[in-house]
Amino acid sequence: MKIGIPKEVHGGEKRVAATPDVAKQLMKLGFEVTIETGAGEGAHFSDSTYEEVGVTVEKDPKAVWENSDIILKIRPLEVHPELHVKEIDLLKENQTLITFIWPAQNEDVLKQLAEKKVTALAMDSVPRISRAQKMDALSSMANIAGYRAVVEAAHHFGRFFTGQITAAGKVPPAKILIIGAGVAGLAAIGAAKSMGAIVRAFDTRPEVKEQVESMDAEFLELEFEEEGSGTGGYAKVMSKEFIEAEMALFAEQAKEVDIIITTALIPGKPAPELIKEEMVASMKDGSVIVDLAAEQGGNCKLTEAGVVKKVHGVNIIGYTDLPSRLAAQSSQLYGTNLRHLLTDMCKEKDGNITVDMEDEVIRGATVVKDGEITWPPPAPKLSAAPPKQEEKKEEVQPEEKKEPAPAWLAPLITFGVGGLALLGLGSVAPASFMAHFTVFVLACFVGYMVIWNVTAALHTPLMSVTNAISSIIVIGAILQISSGETMIAAIAGFAVLITAVNIVGGFAVTRRMLDMFRK
Amino acid sequence: MSGGVLTASYIGATILFILALGGLSHQETSRRGNLYGIIGMSIALIVTIAGVTANIVILILCLLIGGSIGLVLAKRVQMTEMPELVAILHSLVGLAAVLVGYANFMDPDRLQHYAGVELSIHDVETYLGILIGAVTFSGSIIAFGKLSGKISGNPVLLPARHWLNLGLLLVSLWLCVKFVDQSAAGGGTMPLLIMTGIALVFGIHMVMAIGGADMPVVVSMLNSYSGWAASATGFMLNNDLLIVTGALVGSSGAILSYIMCKAMNRKFLAVIAGGFGTTSGSTAGSDEEQGEVVALEAPEVASLLEEAKEVMIIPGYGMAVAQAQHVVCDITKLLKKKKVNVRFGIHPVAGRMPGHMNVLLAEAKVPYDIVFEMDEINDDFPDIDVSVVIGANDIVNPSALTDPNSPIAGMPVLECWKGNTTVVLKRGMATGYAGVQNPLFFKENTRMLFGNAKTTLEEVYAALSK
Repeated sequence: MKIGIPKEVHGGEKRVAATPDVAKQLMKLGFEVTIETGAGEGAHFSDSTYEEVGVTVEKDPKAVWENSDIILKIRPLEVHPELHVKEIDLLKENQTLITFIWPAQNEDVLKQLAEKKVTALAMDSVPRISRAQKMDALSSMANIAGYRAVVEAAHHFGRFFTGQITAAGKVPPAKILIIGAGVAGLAAIGAAKSMGAIVRAFDTRPEVKEQVESMDAEFLELEFEEEGSGTGGYAKVMSKEFIEAEMALFAEQAKEVDIIITTALIPGKPAPELIKEEMVASMKDGSVIVDLAAEQGGNCKLTEAGVVKKVHGVNIIGYTDLPSRLAAQSSQLYGTNLRHLLTDMCKEKDGNITVDMEDEVIRGATVVKDGEITWPPPAPKLSAAPPKQEEKKEEVQPEEKKEPAPAWLAPLITFGVGGLALLGLGSVAPASFMAHFTVFVLACFVGYMVIWNVTAALHTPLMSVTNAISSIIVIGAILQISSGETMIAAIAGFAVLITAVNIVGGFAVTRRMLDMFRK
Repeated sequence: MSGGVLTASYIGATILFILALGGLSHQETSRRGNLYGIIGMSIALIVTIAGVTANIVILILCLLIGGSIGLVLAKRVQMTEMPELVAILHSLVGLAAVLVGYANFMDPDRLQHYAGVELSIHDVETYLGILIGAVTFSGSIIAFGKLSGKISGNPVLLPARHWLNLGLLLVSLWLCVKFVDQSAAGGGTMPLLIMTGIALVFGIHMVMAIGGADMPVVVSMLNSYSGWAASATGFMLNNDLLIVTGALVGSSGAILSYIMCKAMNRKFLAVIAGGFGTTSGSTAGSDEEQGEVVALEAPEVASLLEEAKEVMIIPGYGMAVAQAQHVVCDITKLLKKKKVNVRFGIHPVAGRMPGHMNVLLAEAKVPYDIVFEMDEINDDFPDIDVSVVIGANDIVNPSALTDPNSPIAGMPVLECWKGNTTVVLKRGMATGYAGVQNPLFFKENTRMLFGNAKTTLEEVYAALSK
């Protein structure tokens, strides 16, 4: 099948749906790949780098849409500025479109796609289950947005992030508050931390505390009992009391920190308003707020989507194109996500895709198929919340109490039986046997004591050396070899022969092994 | 030579043997320990040979021939083949015990030395020596076959095998009584021969029923048997040196078996009864959707390793099979140069013999102070950046801790999944010896590197040295 990659037409969009690397791997799956000329320029991939790996470069944008079976894009469909047609009108029956669609906000687009009998997979609808992580474009874009948010903040912030004591005086470290510790939040924590800032993070979901702390940031907690985890690892809307407590915390933090990065989003809802105007006013002059939720209305009251605004001496960054600002990186990650999705759809590796509605991941991503809208999909089964361990513990405890056997019973029985057996043996056996038996039992104990000290690393040499010394049985054979009977002498001779193999072989191999152990 | 000198020499030899085993408690003293063993054996041999009255030429010739064969074997053996060598050497001890027993039985002087109860006891000792020897002999041969791949490693389970074993035991007991009766009258050859046959069958049957994963237990158990055989022969010959040495070896093997069983959380009797892996089919098949594995290429693994600060290498039998220990050592050296802290985590039952991995790593000249036992390093995994699992499976299976229905439930395992990333080197997605699927491979922080461990590691090494 033919894959077509048109140039992104959204204003300022620099990303491209497939890098030359990704295109190469798609061709390995048996696809033919065509790219619109200049599609990769924004991300610093020239047409010639695509041609080098065997991608056809098409000059006419219309032809890319017309001649392809599968269209790979990033931005949702919009009006094409050069051709003056809607991108959706360039699609035709039986084509497959894979891109971000945001079906919740664009239901009329779904309808049009259904009318045209186009199969559409929304990258933003890939379910958040472990298996689908490799195609989770939301996560890979959020990762980049989080990183870039810190870079933007650093750009607008007038000081170092890291604390320093220099000849010219002391530089205090920047304090950063990150609200929402999802993928973007964690990426921001990592980036800010590595630049030397003091990082604090807040999230309504308690299970992310561990993740935040694993990044070496401080997790701010409320004295409040409410779990904020919804299905699929997302946050949900919290109660009024909770929000009040949360607001108090933010108000207090706003006075103290230099930079606030907000990433709080609840799926399908406008972004919650977390930073009020008076909080912004209470921040120091020169502080920075980066609002990653700007596109969905913003976590800060004063955010304006797409621009940087200075209010009350605070720079409020409302960029909505952060991934596009790291175009090469995001194109590569997005392209890899697409490739993983296509690999799953093309199990035979013959360049043909099947939209398998039994597959939970593909089912989740498919929003239009065979003229029907298949969105929303059934709820995903798994949640990232940790299992409730406390309840489990209570269940386990009674089981442990079931075995009341006292600890002294086992040794008592052992010694009792052993002692009786010894007495029984002693009462019938002659004295000479008992003398040998004494030696035997004592030797067993000596062996027991000595062997426990042997280090585990030397267990193999121990076996080969014990093997060598167990050939002491040769003594028995030597004693018999002088016998007058030819038969006995022959048997004994053979026994000597094989034990000699053992003695020399055992010691020599032990020596060889021990010589290898070195510091 | 007087009896006093002989006894004194034997005491000296005994002490040297104990020192030899004691020396193995540390790497530093182990070479000296081996030397003590050689001296002890030489003393025992010299004083005994001094008492030989006839056929001394044959004796020396046999010693020389046997010794040369042993030397050649020891020089030629590959370190990965150690389990096989140890198994076949055990069989020789068993065979020697049988031969000495028979020779002793055929000795016409026997009836003049002993009478009454003493004769009965002596006969029982002879009988036991041959019995244990024969079991050791045939069991070791089968173990050798299984370890060297000449016989399938799967357990062969006859129907009603426990009853069969019990039957064989009862018949042996009955034959023992017969033998003691007939021997007093000068006969007894028939019961002895039949018993030898039964013991041989028993040894074969016992080891055949034991699965490949339990091989470390079997090898150490046979080690123990060879000791008991020597001890029984000692009783028969009234020779304390044999009794003591046999007892030392016997208890050593028994303790090793115990350690191995504990490392696998298995009851010793359950291992001997055999059939590991027979119940696993149901659980392996019924597992819910396991998710997907993420495969990496060698250069990606190399960059993972390069960026890590703490690396833990977990070798398994697969490393031995692929002969990858040398390239593992090269990678270790390279990483150490790049200031990466590389350590090795060894599971007690990794490989096919107690301490197998240590020997292989030592052969490749990995310094032993970066090689750690499971108990020493299992708590460190949360600080590990990259764990590299080389051809190991069951010893890193998290279901041993989480799934009470798993056949390996409760077995302590190396908890590498607690680290940042785990890279698993494997030929394919086959299960380990226990036949259990391994959820580790499907964990989010696990990456697979498929292929022959040696080839892929060589690629990693090439990528690292660029």
